[in-house]
Amino acid sequence: MTASEIPWVELAISLPLIGAVVTGRIRDPRRAFQAGVAFTGLTLALSIAAMIVFFTGTPYYSLQERLLGSAMFRLDELNAPLLPLVALLHFLTCVATPRSKMRRFSVGWSLTSESIRLAIFACQYPPLLLALLVLCVLPPVMELRNRREPVRAYAIHMALFVVLLIGGGAGLQLSGKGAFAGWASAAMMLAILLRCGMAPTHTWLIDWLERASFGNAILFVTPLTGMYAAVRLVLPVAPDWVLNTIGLASLVTTVYAAGMALIQNDARRFFAYFFLSQASIVLIGLELHTPAALAGSLSMWISSSLSLTGFGLTLRALEARIGRVDLTRFHGLYRRTPSLAIAFMITGLACVGFPGTLGFVAAELIVDGAVVADPVVGLGVVLATALNGMAVVRVYLLLFTGADEPSTLSLIMGPRERFAILTVLALVIGGGLYPMPGVASRDRVARTILAERAVTVPGAAVPAAGH
Amino acid sequence: MNIESLMTDVCGPLVLLAPTVLFAILGGLTLTGRPLPEKLINRMCISAGSLGFVASLLMLGLMLAGHSRHVAIEFGEWIHLPNFHLNVKFVFDRLSVPLAILSFLLCSTIGSFATRYLHREPGYQRFFVLLSLFMAGMVIASVAGTVETLFTGWEFVGLSSALLVAFFQERPAPARNAFRVWVVYRISDAALLLAAVALHHLTGEGDFDRALGGGPWPEGVTPLSAYNSLIVGSLLLFAAAGKSALVPFSGWLPRAMEGPTPSSAVFYGALSVHLGAFLLLRVSPLLDQSLILCVLVTALGLATSVYAYLAGAVQTDIKSALSFASLSQVGLIVAEIGVGFRYLALIHLLGHACLRTLQFLRAPSLLADFNSLENAIGQRLPSVDRGRWLSTRAYRFALARGFLDALLLRLVVTPFVQTFRWCDRQERRWAAWLAGPGAESRSKPEEWS
Repeated sequence: MTASEIPWVELAISLPLIGAVVTGRIRDPRRAFQAGVAFTGLTLALSIAAMIVFFTGTPYYSLQERLLGSAMFRLDELNAPLLPLVALLHFLTCVATPRSKMRRFSVGWSLTSESIRLAIFACQYPPLLLALLVLCVLPPVMELRNRREPVRAYAIHMALFVVLLIGGGAGLQLSGKGAFAGWASAAMMLAILLRCGMAPTHTWLIDWLERASFGNAILFVTPLTGMYAAVRLVLPVAPDWVLNTIGLASLVTTVYAAGMALIQNDARRFFAYFFLSQASIVLIGLELHTPAALAGSLSMWISSSLSLTGFGLTLRALEARIGRVDLTRFHGLYRRTPSLAIAFMITGLACVGFPGTLGFVAAELIVDGAVVADPVVGLGVVLATALNGMAVVRVYLLLFTGADEPSTLSLIMGPRERFAILTVLALVIGGGLYPMPGVASRDRVARTILAERAVTVPGAAVPAAGH
Repeated sequence: MNIESLMTDVCGPLVLLAPTVLFAILGGLTLTGRPLPEKLINRMCISAGSLGFVASLLMLGLMLAGHSRHVAIEFGEWIHLPNFHLNVKFVFDRLSVPLAILSFLLCSTIGSFATRYLHREPGYQRFFVLLSLFMAGMVIASVAGTVETLFTGWEFVGLSSALLVAFFQERPAPARNAFRVWVVYRISDAALLLAAVALHHLTGEGDFDRALGGGPWPEGVTPLSAYNSLIVGSLLLFAAAGKSALVPFSGWLPRAMEGPTPSSAVFYGALSVHLGAFLLLRVSPLLDQSLILCVLVTALGLATSVYAYLAGAVQTDIKSALSFASLSQVGLIVAEIGVGFRYLALIHLLGHACLRTLQFLRAPSLLADFNSLENAIGQRLPSVDRGRWLSTRAYRFALARGFLDALLLRLVVTPFVQTFRWCDRQERRWAAWLAGPGAESRSKPEEWS
């Protein structure tokens, strides 16, 4: 059997589901956790294999084509690197779970969510993608219920999301380019804005990140599933005004959330607003719909997902040591855990596109595209990144400087946490030093998307061949 | 091997690699939690500094020998998309080489000084990691051939500065002051990023040779129009004002003195505080294109100089007095740039940096010497009437450091914080209402620190 005869994508999607069933039968949390690490690791290996097979141009075997006649889950240049990214985020989050959190971090639900998320990111068939997006909102409900936290805020927002998504999807399918297409696009746009947590519909996201277990909370938001839905469902068909509205909402959200992140007194809420601000910048690239801005947006997607997960993992590691982290006083943790302090600083700055990190080029591309398209958007993006940079250093100073509290408890990172965080740092810095392959791939994707859009949307700009 | 290849293949790369490799090694080992012996850290720092110093001196010698005024080293296109390019390019000319030599010289001197000054200090390794980051940032910014490369060095310098202000991290005051410094730096970074993007957009790339004219510094003629030069130049002036503590951003400079004396010397006496002036020197062809920009630069420089002179006249501690004295000279250097004396400004910058470093490093032992002197003569030394010649109003103005901090606090910071805190309260109410009765937020709104 050769590599091309193995259905990598199908295996990568189904393996976490098998893992969820297996770990669900294990009573001992430690053994369940070990099994979880094994399953997420294997899934990562499978998704990397799928990506390699795709990029090497090897014709690959599709079980779906054989059984159903067409492949609904398949890779193209857009999602080929996203699948390993999602698998990596799950693997690292699972690996970095400290022993004290093993009982609270539900491995079974995490694996189930991973399978759904991988299916979403591999799916190219719109009706199935809609169904999976609806399915994806369910595990958080179980998570909140298990933790005896109120579900209502999340449920209200997600119910609205599901109604708008299905309504918009059905409208687009039925009306095609007819009179209802505009309304259907608007409904779809609102669904995407809701799912991405754009202001003023971001309450659920803050609430979720505040109440869920940090690991699952990070995993639900950092892959930016809403962005994938926007690129697959909205961008190819939506008229310009829909994209402009998404861009405007994202611009307002990024600046507003950056300001909010700067004044928070709780680390979870800080992370929530910080995440929201950075995620909004990714969406801004959609509005500009120029090749450079869209390539920047797609590059920023990968760098933000990775950096924000790394940043979240460092905060989670701190929470595991000192409990809920309040930001009203100096904690003085540097002396007891210097590596964590450095990791916090690097991942935080990587999120805001500090030079030498993966986000730098992406930020340059977005800002460049924004300034060309509309200087106000460019100014907004630069302002938001400046505020986010301030917020990162403010929280760093509050956490790691100040008088050290005498304690016999060791706060040094464990080997698993160290491995996870160093992996993120290696990717963030390595990608920052050698960004060309990734950026070139995203540029090709951007041009393909815009070319498709030029065919389907009357009056949409055709990407120039370059100069 | 001819002179050309010796410059581009050996000296140039060595100048860049020496501090970068040092930072990579020290930073990597610190990240993996490996403490290094003080002697080893010191040797590494001095070796890298000396290597870079010798390489940059050799570069200068070869340039003089080969009658070359402009040596460009290109590491290829870092990003090459159909409509977006980012080049990694470094330029050695009459402006960059002296500053690179100065950076290596002063960083090595400070490294050597700090070996004894910070002996057995818990943050010894951290200090040298940040010093190496600073050295890398200064050298990259000095020899940058594109605005993006300059931005990279600029950011490294800013981050290391802010973190070194918070070096004595057991006390909250250094951390608070470090945050203030960082806020001003971020605002200045934002202006520089916008200028970089505007330059990139207007000229097609961020290459200084193209944006500022191909001639050797300072003889380039920019292809930008007077209006565009004014726009880009104003953004760059804003960035320079933040970095060099020009009015109205001067308030952070005395706050930055919370850091250890060696870092105060090299950052705020010598190198970092001059980076804004260096930026203006680098983009001087833009100034030549716009008279309004020249007037703005000169006015800002003079205003800063007068302000710093007044504020410095009433300072009672030596580091604050030195910082304002330093600022007063930086203001003059900026004014010189504005009126077109580029070489004078460069010589002024180099001389001032060396003198001020010496004064800062001498400051702690000077105080000890004064104490010994007073003990020997058995009485206090005659006091200096600091600022008594000022009128009451001017004295108050000087003592309150021109009310600049208070003004920024009242006009910018307080409204910003109050607005967002109000939003936060409203959001919490809305979230509580949505969550239903009995559900409480996991965190409480409290005072902003």
